[in-house]
Amino acid sequence: MIPAAFDYIRPASLEEACRVLAEADAAGDDVKVLAGGQSLLPLLRLRLAYPAALVDLGRLPEPRGVEDRGDHVFVGALTTHDEVLRSGVVREQVPLLALATATVADPAVRHRGTFGGSMVHADPAGDLPAVALALDCVFVVRSSEGEREIPASEFFVDYLESALGPGEVLLGVRVPKLGPGWGFHYEKFHRTAQAWAIVGVAAAVRRDGGTIGEARIALTNMGPTPVRARATEAALRGLSPAPVGGAGDGARDQVRDACGQADSGTSPPADLHAKPDYRRHLARVLTYRAVRAATG
Amino acid sequence: MSEQLDAGLIAEQIAESDQLGEPSGAHEVGRARRRKEDARLVTGRTTWTDNIQLPGMLYMAFLRSPMAHARITRVDTSAARARPGVVAVYSGRDLADEQGSLPCAWPVTEDIVIPDHPPMAVEEVRYAGEAVACVVATDRYKAADALEAIEVDYEPLDAVVDMTEALAEGSPLVHESGNRAFTWKFAGGDIDAAFRDAPVVIERTYVQQRLIPTAMEPRAVVATTDGDGFTLYSATQIPHVLRVMLALTTGIPEHKLRVVAPDVGGGFGSKLQVTAEEVLGLLVTRRLGKPVKWTESRSEGNLTVHHGRDQLQRISLAAERDGRVRGVRVDLLADMGAYLMLVTPGIPLLGAFMYNGIYKIDAYDFTCTGVFTTKMPTDAYRGAGRPEATFAIERAVDELAHELGLDPVEVRRRNWITHQEFPYDTICGLTYDSGNYEAATEKALALFGYDKLRAEQSDRRDRRDPVQLGIGVSTYTEMCGLAPSRVLGSLSYGAGGWEHASVRMLPTGKVEVVTGTSPHGQGHETAWSQIVADALGVPFGDVAVLHGDTAISHKGMDTYGSRSLVVGGVAVLAACEKVKDKARLIAAHMLEASADDIEFSAGSFTVRGTAEGRTIQELALATFAAHDLPDGVEPGLDADATFDPDNFSFPHGTHLCAVEVDTETGACAIRSYVAVDDVGSVVNPLIVEGQVHGGIAQGIGQALFEEAVHDTEGNLLTTTMADYLIPTAADLPDFTTDRTETPATSNPLGVKGVGEAGTIASTPAVVNAIVDALRPYGVHDVRMPCTPERIWRVVSEAGPPASGSAAAEAPAGASAGASAEAPAPTSGPGPMSTPGPASTPGPASTPGSGSGEATSSSEGGAR
Repeated sequence: MIPAAFDYIRPASLEEACRVLAEADAAGDDVKVLAGGQSLLPLLRLRLAYPAALVDLGRLPEPRGVEDRGDHVFVGALTTHDEVLRSGVVREQVPLLALATATVADPAVRHRGTFGGSMVHADPAGDLPAVALALDCVFVVRSSEGEREIPASEFFVDYLESALGPGEVLLGVRVPKLGPGWGFHYEKFHRTAQAWAIVGVAAAVRRDGGTIGEARIALTNMGPTPVRARATEAALRGLSPAPVGGAGDGARDQVRDACGQADSGTSPPADLHAKPDYRRHLARVLTYRAVRAATG
Repeated sequence: MSEQLDAGLIAEQIAESDQLGEPSGAHEVGRARRRKEDARLVTGRTTWTDNIQLPGMLYMAFLRSPMAHARITRVDTSAARARPGVVAVYSGRDLADEQGSLPCAWPVTEDIVIPDHPPMAVEEVRYAGEAVACVVATDRYKAADALEAIEVDYEPLDAVVDMTEALAEGSPLVHESGNRAFTWKFAGGDIDAAFRDAPVVIERTYVQQRLIPTAMEPRAVVATTDGDGFTLYSATQIPHVLRVMLALTTGIPEHKLRVVAPDVGGGFGSKLQVTAEEVLGLLVTRRLGKPVKWTESRSEGNLTVHHGRDQLQRISLAAERDGRVRGVRVDLLADMGAYLMLVTPGIPLLGAFMYNGIYKIDAYDFTCTGVFTTKMPTDAYRGAGRPEATFAIERAVDELAHELGLDPVEVRRRNWITHQEFPYDTICGLTYDSGNYEAATEKALALFGYDKLRAEQSDRRDRRDPVQLGIGVSTYTEMCGLAPSRVLGSLSYGAGGWEHASVRMLPTGKVEVVTGTSPHGQGHETAWSQIVADALGVPFGDVAVLHGDTAISHKGMDTYGSRSLVVGGVAVLAACEKVKDKARLIAAHMLEASADDIEFSAGSFTVRGTAEGRTIQELALATFAAHDLPDGVEPGLDADATFDPDNFSFPHGTHLCAVEVDTETGACAIRSYVAVDDVGSVVNPLIVEGQVHGGIAQGIGQALFEEAVHDTEGNLLTTTMADYLIPTAADLPDFTTDRTETPATSNPLGVKGVGEAGTIASTPAVVNAIVDALRPYGVHDVRMPCTPERIWRVVSEAGPPASGSAAAEAPAGASAGASAEAPAPTSGPGPMSTPGPASTPGPASTPGSGSGEATSSSEGGAR
């Protein structure tokens, strides 16, 4: 559990960080950005990663904090999970983020780990990427060339791989406020409180009178990246959340039927905690529960 | 450092609030004292092995085999030697002539195969993680880096992962001598008669999965020499045993070797071992003449701390229609792993005498085969053999209850030893000295709200609620207080089971206690102080307890098997009595009275009928001055005592667990948990409570979370705590705990031991609850750990539930796996009669003949 040797660089500003990363890229050096270190350091200690250098952004004053910007909430990349959880703006304006963040690891990790770090790490078993995907967040990134925006649908490229280019750092994420009528839920299924999700479901559902107007559902750990349950989203549109045909055995739960497609288009992994068929089953059951909770 | 982290301040605050300065009165024993050692332990301001820094210290790191089974064809250490900061690099070949073989102290049969076990592999590796080379460097980082420069060529050999396959013809061999280490048999009563025409026979196979002990403090070793003698610091439970064993292994004379267990952060049996790293540390310091340190990482620990459990249990019960059990037959495969370590083969034997549980049965038959596989060796883990036995019998009794449509509590009631029947000689040759299963069970049922929960269960079954409720019962006993030396001898164990203590009155009236037990989290300093405070009438705060250093505590058998209080605490009490006897003589002399007229009370020796007396503190000072001692009395108010118990102790209790099982996802949640334990008289209720809580948590860990998983190549897949899950407080319910107190009759304190009880009881309670919840689905077992995926698969395969609670009560047909036969015609009295002691075989008879088979003997065992 001792990392291999690496160089350590602590830039004094974001500009310097971008410059250092650009230089490293030009020189062909493998560098990693360190923020809270809750994902990267274990990889180093297990010698699963051998970067030539770490560029530590952890002590930079910005981008950090939560800001209400009218139609969206901007969450700075270096904001810790704990700060996200304590933010009244997050709880009131983008509650799905609060719900999911509360399930991240344990209090010690949440005090060290950063919002941006979790996103850039792009672990499909992480809770926050699915939230970003469900809410159609926008990622704002900077390099020495300037800033650019990446929609969540393009940000998570592959297992542990984001769309961040070499020399780029994440500034923060625009989390859209979805407005009135929306309900939210994050349903996480894991074996112990600190364990990663076997499957997680981030659901945002808008009620339109007596029916479901729109549903956005993203799945955690159902493939190499977080994935939207598009078939279920489409099937839910226009459905009544209540069972059809009254109470009792004759009733048909259309929402459950719609959620039965939640795993379509996914490619869930096999690991010690679950085989793919079980994950598919969980995705269906948990999506139903998430949608029920979000509409309830 | 901030105030709240100051151990001294915390200790002061505890002392103040616990009124440690106050005179203790006569009743320290029984008080819920907060532990005097905790301030330094929880602040970390103490000496853990890894804290030790010695001048010129070097650091060791081990290169470990990435393969489960391979021939080593080449080890090239030259590049590693050239790395900066590297002082030495050794392969197994380099140390082959001096490293000896790691010891096995428990040859359970005469024909047991004990393979050579080099601390560092020389020619062949037999488990993934076995050390193949060692780097010694100026810091631990350089040592770790240099490991990557060592080149090793392996010629892969077939892994042997599964015990049943290992015993099959044509299996690849772990050792040339074959994969069978031993077969050990034990029997009592007429087992054939018990099964012949038995109205009900239950046959089950249970898998005791392999566990990783996971103590809070990883292992660490510091070895040093002054050129003549050697000192080994180790995070060990057994400094005394270790000293003897290391002297025998390394050839360092025993009197030139000091072993120190500084404060140690938990062990659970995993530090009851003589490890490769301890031996190699001594060899390296002997070669280099410098102190060396090794501290394992958690992942290294998961690979190479000895593992626990790993048994395949076939258990059969023959019973009457009314639920009374006639006989129990057990056929066990126990995975030894690649080698036999300190007590590896003995672990299943510790369970062999427990498969009768708390029940009266006529006949018993036990066979255990130890099997070699290419995996880390197994050895003691909290409970060591007894949790396995308790699990099997408690699961099987639940199956019997289900088969007969009886309440599981009622079946137990019909079979258990009643409180009037103690002392009771069991079919396994043990004498249970005391107990009251009825009282513990009544209390537990009341605290649990048993009837109400059963009603809710029935309602959920009727409603076909996707979340079903299950109720698990576990009524356990265990043999604790290891152990009467002559019993250990009869079982071929390499040592005795006594314990030693010294009590010394210091000139100022303070007391030093030296104990041969070696606490690693148990709170001996507090409990021993309470015992001494009462025995000598001194304040609790005036007692210091010294332990864990063979230069200070020269004699002991250390800490494991719930033995410390039952054996070691009793030795402390016995030493106090000797001190008092001597003080009485001196008091009589000073008071010019006959010793027979001296009375002792609350720390004072007085002449009967007068107010004239001397306190023990005054006598301590007078003895120190030695100006006026009676003729023939040596100056010194000290005494040694060594206690060897006549019998084991037998804690028991009733644990009840309610589990909600979500049949849609397979998730289960413990809704309530009630534990009523009878650990005899209690010295410190807080310590007992802590042990019970931790024990239950650890047993739940086996039931729900923990499993060391290997792939088909024998690679351990659970090398991190992300893969090997242990529960934390967040994953556990509140425990409702209570006690009944039936004093042990086998020791003057009336104590029974509590270290393992919770772990032994809780695993079957939880699994019984899960199976109970799933009875309507025709489910009769869920393999441990009962993960959500396993539960979901079992439910999915079982199909839709039978409707209503009525169906759940009845035997569930073909899938039951139990053979229910028509009642046999009665053939007169006899089968239910309890055999007398004269026909009861005992452990004393066990390893018997050269075939390794124990035969029945007319000698009773532990009494």
